[in-house]
Amino acid sequence: MKHLLDTASLSRAEAISLLDIAEEMALVSAREVKKLPVLRGRTVVNLFFEDSTRTRLSFEAAAKRLSADVLNFSAKGSSVSKGESLQDTVQTISAMGADALVVRHSGSGTPHRLAHTGWIDVPVINAGDGTHEHPTQALLDAFTLRRALGGFPASGAVKDGPRGQGLDGAKVAIVGDILHSRVARSNVHLLARLGAEVHLIAPPTLLPWGVETWPVTLHYDFDEALHQVDFAALMMLRVQHERMHESFFPNEREYSRLWGLSAARLARLPRETFIMHPGPMNRGFEISAAAADSDRTLILDQVENGVSVRMAVLYRLLTGQEDHNE
Amino acid sequence: MSEYLIRGANILGGGAGDIAIRDGRIVDPELLTAGGGAEVIDAEGLIALPGLVDMHTHLREPGKEDAETVLTGSQSAAAGGFTCVHAMANTAPVADTAGVVEQVHRLGREAGYTEVVPIGAVTIGLEGKQLAELGAMARSAARVRVFSDDGICVWDPLLMRRALEYVKTFDGVIAQHAQEPRLTEGAQMNEGVVSAELGLPGWPAVAEESIIARDVLLAEHVGSRLHICHVSTAGSVDIVRWAKSRGVQVTAEVTPHHLMLTDELVRTFDPVYKVNPPLRTDADVQALREALADGTIDVIGTDHAPHTAEHKCSEWTAAAMGMVGMETALPIVVEAMADHDFDHGDLARVMSQTPARITGASGHGSLEIGASANIVLIDPNAPHRIVPGEHATKGRNNPFAGLEVSTRITDTFFYGHRVLADGRLTTPHPAGASWTDQ
Repeated sequence: MKHLLDTASLSRAEAISLLDIAEEMALVSAREVKKLPVLRGRTVVNLFFEDSTRTRLSFEAAAKRLSADVLNFSAKGSSVSKGESLQDTVQTISAMGADALVVRHSGSGTPHRLAHTGWIDVPVINAGDGTHEHPTQALLDAFTLRRALGGFPASGAVKDGPRGQGLDGAKVAIVGDILHSRVARSNVHLLARLGAEVHLIAPPTLLPWGVETWPVTLHYDFDEALHQVDFAALMMLRVQHERMHESFFPNEREYSRLWGLSAARLARLPRETFIMHPGPMNRGFEISAAAADSDRTLILDQVENGVSVRMAVLYRLLTGQEDHNE
Repeated sequence: MSEYLIRGANILGGGAGDIAIRDGRIVDPELLTAGGGAEVIDAEGLIALPGLVDMHTHLREPGKEDAETVLTGSQSAAAGGFTCVHAMANTAPVADTAGVVEQVHRLGREAGYTEVVPIGAVTIGLEGKQLAELGAMARSAARVRVFSDDGICVWDPLLMRRALEYVKTFDGVIAQHAQEPRLTEGAQMNEGVVSAELGLPGWPAVAEESIIARDVLLAEHVGSRLHICHVSTAGSVDIVRWAKSRGVQVTAEVTPHHLMLTDELVRTFDPVYKVNPPLRTDADVQALREALADGTIDVIGTDHAPHTAEHKCSEWTAAAMGMVGMETALPIVVEAMADHDFDHGDLARVMSQTPARITGASGHGSLEIGASANIVLIDPNAPHRIVPGEHATKGRNNPFAGLEVSTRITDTFFYGHRVLADGRLTTPHPAGASWTDQ
């Protein structure tokens, strides 16, 4: 594994190995000194062509806990805004001595392109590209789910955590704007590969053409889906307010009524259904305050686990260490 | 001017024979100057076809001379066996006045490697609002007969109707770039299973098909000639077939790349595969091949679209759309049609005779005695790999790099002058700007 560009090409064994390494990293994060010296003297560059404070901070924390140096590049105010090409930007940064690039870009496929053009020769980690993929988000979701469904604390250090396990048989629904969501795409691939039964719940306008070929069960009607299936977890997706101006749905009220996780829907969920959201949330739109703050949400666990998972990815790509399971 | 005797070529694949050239025309071999003044070309094993005619190229001049010039585009044409190419109007300035089309026409004559026929814009500035001076362009020295806003669809149905009607004045034809603009906002690739997975905004087949359906009905209603540029979907083929069965005067074009490549290639995110209309699915490719074989699709148009490296060597979403294609068109069509009943006579039909007829390029499309000596010789048994870096075009955005093809273009005769000899470009036509007046 040279790069982490997507989950579509991640094998089950590779995915489980990364999750298991993340379990080790979670132990580190619980120590008094939250640092491992493994990447000392290495430089990780966060190359963010699109704003995302949360993801950038998470990668930064992960790199620092592994003792790497971190350089942050954001396209705003940089030469990119003055028309510098992608090639020049990455080669310039690479010349400063980057050992890995963490790339966020608004265009689908850009990290893949950086990894394959020969412009640079360092591992590339996709931190979200357009509406394509966001593999570390899917990994942290899987990590969180594996913990929660195994009866372990959803975050924090667990000595004998669910190592070596997949998500076999877990019924997971992803709800909302699938069409524009890189999180949804990465999760569909990864959850399916880990053995979960994936359901998508969305209006037809927010599902991509050809979604029938995906390894998922489709539902247009949220209530009907909740009636038919006892979901182990609901992953709510952020819906951009602008979508209503593009006629994906009539208005926020109707969307919220039909596809939002309202207090009423929350009340009808089985006791053991977990609620997830990649953040940032639109409270009162796709998710009610009652749902966001209920005791079955894993939202902050997801954030915490994000650091462990990103540590695992950096460790794996920069040290080339394989897990024993493989 | 030189005289030539092409000896033993398989003429249109129909049998071996000799072709004699004198004073820019094909003549009876008896009429060559006595005493052996003619240069004899041993063409045994080669196939002679009438010089190819491309209805659809982008030569980029004026305005984007770093991507291509009329000279380099003309050389690329000669190397690909084209003796006549039609240069699309989306230059800067746009070819929407007699002045611009005459400039392109003059540059073509000065280059002297192929006949460059400008295509005029349908609307001023390709803006789709007001008709350009179609009559002035038709009556100019460039004698424009094909009009197109290529790159942009003439979307306004009323404007399209008027354009179709108006060009009847001079037997013109409107070449439509069929793309419903609202359905393709932000589109990056074919809308299908691959776009769903890659998360790239899709360009649905219906955006092409709905415009073709509208336009064939309009052409029928007003009794005008309509040409559809770069048909790319199976549904478009069905609509064109239906229209032809009703007697609509519609002709259709397909590019070599749409006969060969599919959207699966976009998985590489390599912008060399980014083109408009986008690469479609295998089912579309099969339907296009079928349609070319049965005559539903009339012509090959290369849509040769050179771009500079900086517009292609970028991330997918920032890259320009388009592929070069003149130098690989014929070999690729041969490969694409290998499994069909499609012989060298068919190749001449779709790459020379029919495009010459549609565009009124009277000096092309014939190997009869008395015709202008626009001839291409090809070697059907010359397997080689495509190396874009060796091509005459400035564009390196050829999607077939590394592909092995069987056919090589060896010689091109352009109004009696051998502009390509044994696969190498020679000199421009010595008659300067006046070859066609002979």
